[in-house]
Amino acid sequence: MTTTSASTASAGVFDDITSSESSLRRFLHGLPGVDQVGAEARAASLGTRSIKTTAKAFAIDLAIRMVDLTTLEGQDTHGKVRALASKAMRPDPADPSCPAAAAVCVYPDMVATAKQTLGDSGVNVAAVATAFPSGRAALDIKLADTRDAVEAGADEIDMVIDRGAFLSGRYQQVYDEIVAVREACARPDGHSAHLKVIFETGELQTYDNVRRASWLAMMAGGHFIKTSTGKVQPAATLPVTMIMLEAVRDYREMTGQMIGVKPAGGIRTSKDAIKYLVMVNEVAGPDWLDPDWFRFGASTLLNDLLMQRTKMQTGRYSGPDYFTLD
Amino acid sequence: MVKVPDTSTPFFEYAPAPESRSIVDIKPSYGLFIDGEFVDGHGKSFKTISPSTEEVLAEVAEADEADVDLAVKAARRAYTRVWSRMPGSERAKYLFRIARLIQERGRELAVLESIDNGKPIKESRDVDIPTVAAHFFYYAGWADKLEHAGLGANPQAHGVAGQVIPWNFPLLMLAWKVAPALAAGNTVVLKPAETTPLTALLFAEICQQADLPPGVVNIVTGAGATGQAIVSHPDVDKVAFTGSTEVGKAIARAVAGTRKKVTLELGGKAANIVFDDAPVDQAVEGIVNGIFFNQGHVCCAGSRLLVQENVADEVMERLKRRMATLRVGDPLDKNTDVGAINSAEQLAKIRELSDIGEQEVAGAGERWSPACDLPSQGFWFPPTVFTGVTQAHRIAREEVFGPVLSVLTFRTPAEAVEKANNTPYGLSAGVWTDKGSRILWMANHLRAGVVWANTFNKFDPTSPFGGYKESGYGREGGLPGLAAYLKGADA
Repeated sequence: MTTTSASTASAGVFDDITSSESSLRRFLHGLPGVDQVGAEARAASLGTRSIKTTAKAFAIDLAIRMVDLTTLEGQDTHGKVRALASKAMRPDPADPSCPAAAAVCVYPDMVATAKQTLGDSGVNVAAVATAFPSGRAALDIKLADTRDAVEAGADEIDMVIDRGAFLSGRYQQVYDEIVAVREACARPDGHSAHLKVIFETGELQTYDNVRRASWLAMMAGGHFIKTSTGKVQPAATLPVTMIMLEAVRDYREMTGQMIGVKPAGGIRTSKDAIKYLVMVNEVAGPDWLDPDWFRFGASTLLNDLLMQRTKMQTGRYSGPDYFTLD
Repeated sequence: MVKVPDTSTPFFEYAPAPESRSIVDIKPSYGLFIDGEFVDGHGKSFKTISPSTEEVLAEVAEADEADVDLAVKAARRAYTRVWSRMPGSERAKYLFRIARLIQERGRELAVLESIDNGKPIKESRDVDIPTVAAHFFYYAGWADKLEHAGLGANPQAHGVAGQVIPWNFPLLMLAWKVAPALAAGNTVVLKPAETTPLTALLFAEICQQADLPPGVVNIVTGAGATGQAIVSHPDVDKVAFTGSTEVGKAIARAVAGTRKKVTLELGGKAANIVFDDAPVDQAVEGIVNGIFFNQGHVCCAGSRLLVQENVADEVMERLKRRMATLRVGDPLDKNTDVGAINSAEQLAKIRELSDIGEQEVAGAGERWSPACDLPSQGFWFPPTVFTGVTQAHRIAREEVFGPVLSVLTFRTPAEAVEKANNTPYGLSAGVWTDKGSRILWMANHLRAGVVWANTFNKFDPTSPFGGYKESGYGREGGLPGLAAYLKGADA
């Protein structure tokens, strides 16, 4: 994965802002507000774009390459994770031209299993850490959770922020925690697992909060900002994702650095996925139309993409039994 | 600094997604719709063309004075014998039926509107036609409740209404005129604009389909002379006009001293006012929607952007970046944001004023448009913004009626109000701020018929619409829109 290193993202530019609770608060509360009605209307209007033929084929293949194929259940087993990893490498066994997914997303204890199956296929292993999904644990436990996943070979860490701290206005605590987790992502070889910061936007509730959380995470050095755990409703929505895309766009204008965006949870159909890609294209810009900069956290979405892909190629819909359930 | 993306080689190229024309059956020629029938006119005929291709769509009859007289007589007969005697609940049934037929034939109407007018299908499909149906539904509900509308014990219709409408929202302007007139018990003679007659003629078919009694709605096509014949016909009781201030003044002179009631909805040069605490991304959307919606062919368009000086650069950078994503082209493509200019005449006017504007701002500002490939056939003008504009410039004072935005700055709320009101017009205004108290203060001080807060170009049949000063008088929509078609209730 190529990226502009974000390890020094806040060096210099944001030092004054992140140096104290009060300056951080002043900055976050000084960001332009979001008008809910206007934001939702804009997101809905982007959803009316009509993507057909060649554009649709392009979008479906891109969406497949952006999927973080996810299983985050208490009932997960090594067998289940191995099956999912196989699927991520070859989503459509009947068609070798079908691209692989971006990553497999699992709990930390399943990282080694996933890594073993994926090998050097190019498909990454992402692990949810930091007392996912609630984030209700002491910092040292969250950091241990993160290090454990990194040591097991995770390429990417999906952390959750402390929503309680955020909602009670303790922004410095949230910031420091992200910085600490980011440091825990470091590997002995000098490389670092990529850090995705989950906001759980369904708990933050307002778009103003989403915009503030986005800036907080970007300044703290997150590589990606991610909407949701998938455990809280509503999970990803088009307007929430749009607010985050605006944030990464504005952040690049200010710093020159690109941050990725990952909507997760509730995106189930190709039609929905294409709406997200249109939004990426028109809000953040075409540079983000790449698995390095945009991901879908999903599980059932992949099979719908495969069905649509087959339909585009053959002109016929196959039944769901022609696609693997893993 | 915000970089304006280079859109010449987009990565995610949207394939053409044209709406099918096959749903629409355009006849080679159309007569006049008088007394429930299509009849040949006495006069000449004229061609209506598609502004996006310049293709001739149909020959349309040009009604002369004799034709207009027949139409007014038919309307008078229908008023005296049928419509004025019919209980309101029965009139409502016809209006509800028309509203449902408009919904059922919505796609057909939307495609035809886009072909004849040049506006993008996504606007005709998602805005124009649904709002047309909503107006008929809304006023249908009033037809049997006139005594309970607070307009007097037994309000009476005027009689025959003569209505002349513009080309920017052909069917929507018809609905604004016809629905309240019929609900109040009037009969109508309506003239659509000469460049966009086709949806009005399809509406005539819908009246037939709804079994509307003959003569209640009469549609006469033609140009200025036909409109003049309607307005000055002695047996017309009520005149309603939407269009230019110049023609509006002529109409006011023509009916002065007669018993005729008049409502005029005329031009505008609306200020869209952006404060430094505005929700900036939504404000930029509102600016774009305010001036580039319907190619700027909107009387209430936010054609003057007043932006607080301390955020002017940031707003401009964001606006330019957003404008670069506007898709200009085939009106029938579902992904088109900005369609064709309605006529060669209008295009020439836009070009002329823009060229003057370019000279006016030279040295202080610039004329800017995003890179866009305009089709070689048809009438096209790119989304354009002028910076460095002052109140003294013609581009800030005259109505361009095209996709052309003038940007001015202000320092304080009082200065914003002063500049916003410093125009002979007063149709609409927009205010963008997160501060509720400032919205209310601004709304109290802006001399405009509609003040939108943190939004722009929002229309609803329940909300009255109309102007101050040279933007006209009378209100359309809501209860005031009904009152305008009832005796003694429109004061």
